[in-house]
Amino acid sequence: MIDLNTIWFVLIGVLLAAYAILDGFDLGTGVWHLFARREDERRAHLTAIGPVWDGNEVWLLTAGGALFAAFPPVYAAVFSGFYLAFMLLLAALIFRAVALEFRHHNTAPAWTRWWDWAFGLGSLVPALLYGVAIGNILRGIPIDVAGEFRGSFLGLLNPYALLVGALTLVFFAMHGAAYLAMKTNGDQAARMRTCVTRSWIAFVALYVAATVASVFTAPRLFEAILGKPLFWACFPLLLVSVVAIPVFANGPQPRRVFAATSATMFAMVGLAGTSLYPDLAPSSLDPAFSLTAYSASSTPRTLGVMLIITLVALPAILAYTAYVYYVFRGKVTGDEGYH
Amino acid sequence: MNAILLARIQFALTVGFHFIFPPISIGLAWLLVVAEGLGWRRNDAVWREVGRFFGGLLAITFAVGVASGIVMEFQFGTNWAGYSRFVGDIFGAPLAAEALFAFFLESTFLGLYLFGRDRVSKGVHWFSILMVAVGSTLSAFWILVANSWQQTPAGFELRNGRAELTSFFEAVFNPSTLPRFLHTIDASLIAGAFFMAGIAAALLFKDGENAVARKALKLALVFGLVFGGIEVFPSGHYSAQQVAATQPAKLAACEGLFEGQERAPLTVFGVPGQTELKLAIGLPGALSLLAFNRFDAYVAGLHDFPEDERPPVFITFTSFHLMVGLGTLFLLMLSWGCFRLWQGRLWTDRLTLGAFVLALPLPVVACELGWMCAEVGRQPWIVYKLLRTADAASEVVSAGAILFSILLFGAIYLLLGALYVYLIVKMVRRGPGPTSTEGSAA
Repeated sequence: MIDLNTIWFVLIGVLLAAYAILDGFDLGTGVWHLFARREDERRAHLTAIGPVWDGNEVWLLTAGGALFAAFPPVYAAVFSGFYLAFMLLLAALIFRAVALEFRHHNTAPAWTRWWDWAFGLGSLVPALLYGVAIGNILRGIPIDVAGEFRGSFLGLLNPYALLVGALTLVFFAMHGAAYLAMKTNGDQAARMRTCVTRSWIAFVALYVAATVASVFTAPRLFEAILGKPLFWACFPLLLVSVVAIPVFANGPQPRRVFAATSATMFAMVGLAGTSLYPDLAPSSLDPAFSLTAYSASSTPRTLGVMLIITLVALPAILAYTAYVYYVFRGKVTGDEGYH
Repeated sequence: MNAILLARIQFALTVGFHFIFPPISIGLAWLLVVAEGLGWRRNDAVWREVGRFFGGLLAITFAVGVASGIVMEFQFGTNWAGYSRFVGDIFGAPLAAEALFAFFLESTFLGLYLFGRDRVSKGVHWFSILMVAVGSTLSAFWILVANSWQQTPAGFELRNGRAELTSFFEAVFNPSTLPRFLHTIDASLIAGAFFMAGIAAALLFKDGENAVARKALKLALVFGLVFGGIEVFPSGHYSAQQVAATQPAKLAACEGLFEGQERAPLTVFGVPGQTELKLAIGLPGALSLLAFNRFDAYVAGLHDFPEDERPPVFITFTSFHLMVGLGTLFLLMLSWGCFRLWQGRLWTDRLTLGAFVLALPLPVVACELGWMCAEVGRQPWIVYKLLRTADAASEVVSAGAILFSILLFGAIYLLLGALYVYLIVKMVRRGPGPTSTEGSAA
């Protein structure tokens, strides 16, 4: 059953996974930034993500635009429904973006401290809110017959969604630590490896807890899952990559840890998407009101045009993004940085 | 206050603030393509320093533009859910195309341009600023495709209670896309030129011998004069003819023309009232000629349209005339600046230098006025003749929630705006670096 609706369901998932993997380590870096003690460590954080974070964030904008183009009723219902949460998210992302650019223009301690906080909290808040949003989608949201969200802001902060929020926060922290272990030197890199291992314990505990909670909160996610082919691709990948994280964290190649956390993220998005399919925004009021890849899609013509645009643009994007990562490969050095 | 009005204020605030930065970024990026290109090909340390110094200013401008732009991608969904459902089949595609074709390009290569000066060859470094310029220009193209479709919708059919795409090509190249794209890009080039000229003039004000500032000012003035001329003719004229042909009510509001007439006058000055233009000074027949190439052509007036389809006259008229006035001023200033340059007296002409410092933000003001005229002049429609603004907002978002977001973003933008000005002033005070040694050193 590969039709345009399914292809776009998968593509939205791919865009979100790319965002989570790429900007995920920027967000994770921001979380560790809050705990850094020394100025040279903070500098290393900023230098490590400086040339690439902006391009990474574009994956989020692309996913937003693609959701609008492919599934307008979902875009309309979810973003207007999650209004206040979204405004907080946008405010946090705004502060994070300017913090990275403004911080180095003044050496006054009050100035740098303020932007350190802005970068840290501007990373931590989105990392948490993404999970809260995903948790609510997995759980189902009060969508009425007209496709309108009928819930409240406080209703979004339910225990299940907060649990998923904690899970994504811990995951992004682990992923960021893996990136920093790869990009930094000496004792900072060693400490980041320890951070990977410690976050891994919390991550596994939270993942198990979230899975158990899902069985009770959203049993429909598991109903037909064994019959979906993608499950049999994502689930083994998840198992292997999750086990690989602590193994590689103590190994000689920090690059492998980062590959393992990236693969874990990809598998998690894949599993979430597989269990949701074909729902994009399941309704908790009545399954018939759910916005699905079929009930809430654009016309086949628009989906087709968008697919062509994506197939033209994506190879080029991947090529020049890979080139820029190649240029900035290797560990950051102390005297390097801006301009 | 009702939720619709609040939603409109929220949109005006977020777009209005965001739109300060892209015109400067686009214009400056193209100026840097020239400056960095000269630095590379001529192996000229002064031009390279022009690139490095203004590249730093571009970085800040771009950052605030990106930060405030994140909101844009999502607020159709947050605040205009009704609109999103109605036009999503058409309107989402250009937004996604903008991200895929433009945002990735400009963001990725800006990182390479700013951080990679010592890591890549000079040719690749120049290529990276070229891609920033191309990317930001493509971004303007796709967002203007989306906005132009709101002005002159095409390539669709009304089916299933929404606008459904019938021809992507017709929707993208709808009647107003090209004139509006060219007019806006040209305006951005002028904004970049005045930004560079104003800062170079400030540096020369302090030190008339500053070689970096001299080269920058020369480049900005010549570049600005070329594109300032094109902006008035043919671009401005082409835009006005397109509005006359496709949105006659907007043209009437721009000109404060209440009664339709042949030999319609081109208003030079006037104060729009409720039913007539007061204190009007106009050139008889000139509007008919400019809009339809004939003196005796009939130009529709506001009273030719039903009352509930007339745009607000005061804002449309005032923003349009101030924009045209500013455009004329720019052309005069650029001509005068180039004349003094040709005379060889510009570097010590403190009056002219001071005028360029003061004029630095004016093209951005003109851009904002042009945008206001285009958007307010389209009212009461959000999609011209298809969907009223009043029917487009998010039903489930309360007035209180919108008010909260207005206050939140109002406070953030006030802070960002102040910090932006502070940082620009600080960087200009510090001035360009030395050029006698290796110009490429960071």
